[in-house]
Amino acid sequence: MPRGSVYGFLGPNGSGKTTTIRMLLGLIQPTSGIPTVLGEPIPQRVAYALPKVGSLVEGPAFHPYLSGRRNLVRLDAADPRASRRTAGKRIDAALERVGLMPAADKNYRAYSLGMRQRLAIAGALLQPRELLILDEPTNGLDPQGTREVRHLVSDLADDGATVLISSHLLSEVEQICSHVGVMHAGKLLAQGTLAELRAQTAPTVRLETSDPQTAITIMKRLGLKDPRSERTGDHHQISAGLGTVEVSAIVPALVAGDVPVLGFRAAAQSLEDVFVGLTGEGFDVSG
Amino acid sequence: MSAVEASTAEKGPNPVASWVRLFASECRLVLTRRRNIAGLGVLSAVPILIAVAVKIWGVGGGGPSFVDSITANGLFVALAALAVELPLFLPLAVSWISGDAIAGEANLGTLRYLLAVPVGRTRLLTVKYASLVFFSLCATLLVAVVGGLIGSILFGTGSMFLLSGNTISFGATVLRLLLVCCYLAAGFAALGAIGLFVSTLTEQPIGATVATVLINVGMFVLDTINQLDWLHPYLLTHWWMSFGDLLRSPIYTGDLSRGLLTALAYAIVFWLAAWARFRAKDVTS
Repeated sequence: MPRGSVYGFLGPNGSGKTTTIRMLLGLIQPTSGIPTVLGEPIPQRVAYALPKVGSLVEGPAFHPYLSGRRNLVRLDAADPRASRRTAGKRIDAALERVGLMPAADKNYRAYSLGMRQRLAIAGALLQPRELLILDEPTNGLDPQGTREVRHLVSDLADDGATVLISSHLLSEVEQICSHVGVMHAGKLLAQGTLAELRAQTAPTVRLETSDPQTAITIMKRLGLKDPRSERTGDHHQISAGLGTVEVSAIVPALVAGDVPVLGFRAAAQSLEDVFVGLTGEGFDVSG
Repeated sequence: MSAVEASTAEKGPNPVASWVRLFASECRLVLTRRRNIAGLGVLSAVPILIAVAVKIWGVGGGGPSFVDSITANGLFVALAALAVELPLFLPLAVSWISGDAIAGEANLGTLRYLLAVPVGRTRLLTVKYASLVFFSLCATLLVAVVGGLIGSILFGTGSMFLLSGNTISFGATVLRLLLVCCYLAAGFAALGAIGLFVSTLTEQPIGATVATVLINVGMFVLDTINQLDWLHPYLLTHWWMSFGDLLRSPIYTGDLSRGLLTALAYAIVFWLAAWARFRAKDVTS
């Protein structure tokens, strides 16, 4: 992961995202290999690496009978490098940053899932961090909360922090991440910038028309790959691989052949296409 | 965060101060939890029950040790209550807290966040155990103090007749009572080390507590089987009733020091076992 990047960590359920994160945090021992975090081998040098890492692992977990603030005090007390003198100020700042101030003194058990998630993010922000590891940070958040987390993540990245976000919400990853890694069945299948990943798969064209037969014939003649028609409402949508065909030549050819063009789009594949292309269509979790 | 804050955070406080801070946080967590307060309430109800029962119905023959002497000196309520709670109530309280120590955090999921801070596994285990020792002492003192107070109110205090027949002043009696509490707390703290070890084996705090109680009861049972008398000196609980030796003049130290040594050995062995287990444990809760 390049420093300063926002890295989206993708993979189907059970593909090993959380296991990888647990290994990075020294919670479990790898069966082979030595993970490194910020250049430090884990778990040997956990005490040196982790103070610079804020994390959210597999959902929030706090003492239900303590208030949000007291839970943060407890976490802060556990940190051998945290100063008691500045604790109050740092905790207030973290609560403020996730918008939890009004509920800071309510018991954790009374929090909604979104509030719990915010408290966990606040816990990761008690210290200035170089790396943030956020496992499903927007799980259970309302749309406002999701937006705020997105802003928060880009703010943190602007401050120079590197952010790792594990998620299966592709649209979210597409919106905030600069880099992406895709895991499947415990293996990292591909990683790189979003553009690099998209470039690995061919761009496609989509055409909406009411005369699919003629359109397909013309598209085949132009050299577009594998045009397929699909009925959507009153008309048909045809998608095909662009191949080496010049995009600007397609619509004039269709119009010349009297095909009614109701809509046309040429685009790189969506992250979803890339994702499914890499991990397969199957619905089953990897065992 | 400003650069100034970042630099102070990096330097950090000294290790002792931060250890004490976590220890204080741990003790507060244990002592402010409502179910633990309820448990302590039950522990302190026993001396009140004994004192009121003796006040109303008088001392009959038999009954628990020390009860006969209560009417002569109210402080004996404390001793009677300790003797009554020794086999089950106090060990149960210690088992409860120690079984919860690691398994409880694992069960809530807070353990992974503590480790990700990073709290340091060995450091966490020392803090957890120190808080168990502190709790053992608190629970024992609570029973003694409540017993002493209710006894003094209902029966008054006077000079105390020791088991050896001498009498000592009120001040000296309080001192002896304090020594009794420390001696018993040492035994309970050793049981706490067993509980801490069991607690590192599971993610179910109740399971850890039950197992620890069973170990405690098991030792009491073994101690009653005469054929196993060769084993008795090695049982932690075998020495607990020796606290009466603190009420002789001069104090008979033979069994007491054996008892303290046994407690120390149990504490060290089981704390190390807990450490060996917890140091490399995969935390998947």
